[in-house]
Amino acid sequence: MTTGANNEGNLSEPATNLDQKSTPSQLVTALQREHAHWVTEVIEAYGEVTAVVPRLHIVDVCVDLKSGVDTKFDFLADICGADRGVEEEPRFEVNYHLFSTTKHHRLRLKVELHEADAHVPTVTGVWRTANWHERETFDLFGIVFDGHPDLRRILLPDDWQGHALRKDFPLRGYEPYSLK
Amino acid sequence: MSTTVNIPPQFEIVDRPLDTQMTISMGPQHPSTHGVLRLELVLDGEMVVKATPDIGYLHTGMEKLFEYKKYQQGIVITDRMDYLNPLGNNLAYVMAVEKLLELEIPERAQTIRVLTCELQRIASHLVWLGTHALDIGAMTVFFYCFREREKILNLIEAASGGRLTPSYFRIGGLMMDLPAGFERRVQQFQDGFLKSVDEFHTLLTGNRIFQKRTQDVGRITAEDAIDWGLSGPCLRGSGVNLDIRRANPYTGYETYDFEVPVEQDCDVWARYMVRMREMKESHKIVTQALSRLRPGPVKADAPKVVLPDREAMKTHMDALIHHFLIVAEGFDVPAGEVYHPIEASKGELGVYVKSDGGPKPSRVHFRGPSFVNLSALPHMSEGAMVADIVAIIGSLDIVLGEIDR
Repeated sequence: MTTGANNEGNLSEPATNLDQKSTPSQLVTALQREHAHWVTEVIEAYGEVTAVVPRLHIVDVCVDLKSGVDTKFDFLADICGADRGVEEEPRFEVNYHLFSTTKHHRLRLKVELHEADAHVPTVTGVWRTANWHERETFDLFGIVFDGHPDLRRILLPDDWQGHALRKDFPLRGYEPYSLK
Repeated sequence: MSTTVNIPPQFEIVDRPLDTQMTISMGPQHPSTHGVLRLELVLDGEMVVKATPDIGYLHTGMEKLFEYKKYQQGIVITDRMDYLNPLGNNLAYVMAVEKLLELEIPERAQTIRVLTCELQRIASHLVWLGTHALDIGAMTVFFYCFREREKILNLIEAASGGRLTPSYFRIGGLMMDLPAGFERRVQQFQDGFLKSVDEFHTLLTGNRIFQKRTQDVGRITAEDAIDWGLSGPCLRGSGVNLDIRRANPYTGYETYDFEVPVEQDCDVWARYMVRMREMKESHKIVTQALSRLRPGPVKADAPKVVLPDREAMKTHMDALIHHFLIVAEGFDVPAGEVYHPIEASKGELGVYVKSDGGPKPSRVHFRGPSFVNLSALPHMSEGAMVADIVAIIGSLDIVLGEIDR
């Protein structure tokens, strides 16, 4: 029952060494140096850092970033899918927005997926909060998260046909939907 | 007379699950589920073995709709997500688009954004407090809360014209400047509000029934809370000092003097105390923002993005052309993607906007705090009583409009 600002014993201390901590882009570069094949591309734009990760290594990268002393990305803020367009190849991408509750920095991981093989390993083993995010991405994009404990539709009814946020799904759906 | 009572074996209290577990459906019309949430409860007697939320009853495909609307048209959709904190949604969305456009927002617009957003945060917390207390059985609090909230809604209506769906913020600034006399009206509200918070405290904080219903209920440790992605008051109720306004400041929050309330108890009571104290902190921020209001522009100097003033349109040809183009064709946003998080009343509200260069976004995604907070409900309600579920849902402060989108 104490105020947070001056409270000792909180999990996170007020960020004091702001100038000493490494930026997310430095962290990604360090990761790339250590495991060259884990990060295929680093994009820096609008003050945000994106690391493109091959789907084979996404779990390894997440575990490493979560437990690393400098990285400490202990908080998975969000997972969202995106459809680049029917013609595009790879068509889908899955974005993981990472955040550190102690270092307060953010990083985006991106996995690119081909339509014919839209599978990606689950990260529910790393952060339990990934559960619903992955279900939502599965529901709306049809991206399958291999190893997910409970991969069901979450927003749309179980017997819904198609995946609503794909670009080739019409805005008004295919036909009036009625619950059977 | 013997004092020992022989308990027949079938009534003996035993520490093993009964053979018959019962599965019941709570909701979607249950009043304490705050909308249309259905919980599938597996019960052992009155104890919850497993609670599985079933959501999606309010799904209206808002994220799909964004892709068919111009950027400025998207603002009205955001109002309808977390309808108790619409200005927060407006802010997260317009700031994400502004990040892509790399716009400079004038000082006065920033201050008004902080001012109105903090008023909205108080209003959102008041609805939470009223309904949370109502769920637990204290009805009076509800009326007092809604009395205060009415004053804030009147203020927001005065500024924007809308009570629940203000759409007050625009990409590049505000819809319009504050009306005359607004500062005085805010001051009137400010003068009475702290007394009202004390009233709420007398109604609930010392109330032993309320204490019994909330203390040690719905516990979640700090590690679990982070693992489950809890944010906002739910996370701070578990002893984690994290507030996006401090961690990743936006709209000038780093220049305001306020405390981040943190409680260590990890239960429903802790989350209650965090929000109660947060209302006072928001009150403090509103006071500071009021004192900082200086005359100045409320729209960025970006004629191709921001609608021109009415007067300029009547006298300047280029203003008229820009107005026509923005309304008819929209404005192109540079290709790229951003994720902008803000501290909404319920936690981290993150907006992901992906642009491929045109006047309509390629993808907009809302990371609603309610969505993530609700996903931790099964964890928090393990071993709780059915009546505790009501208290736990209340303490999560969920809004189904944001969860289902």
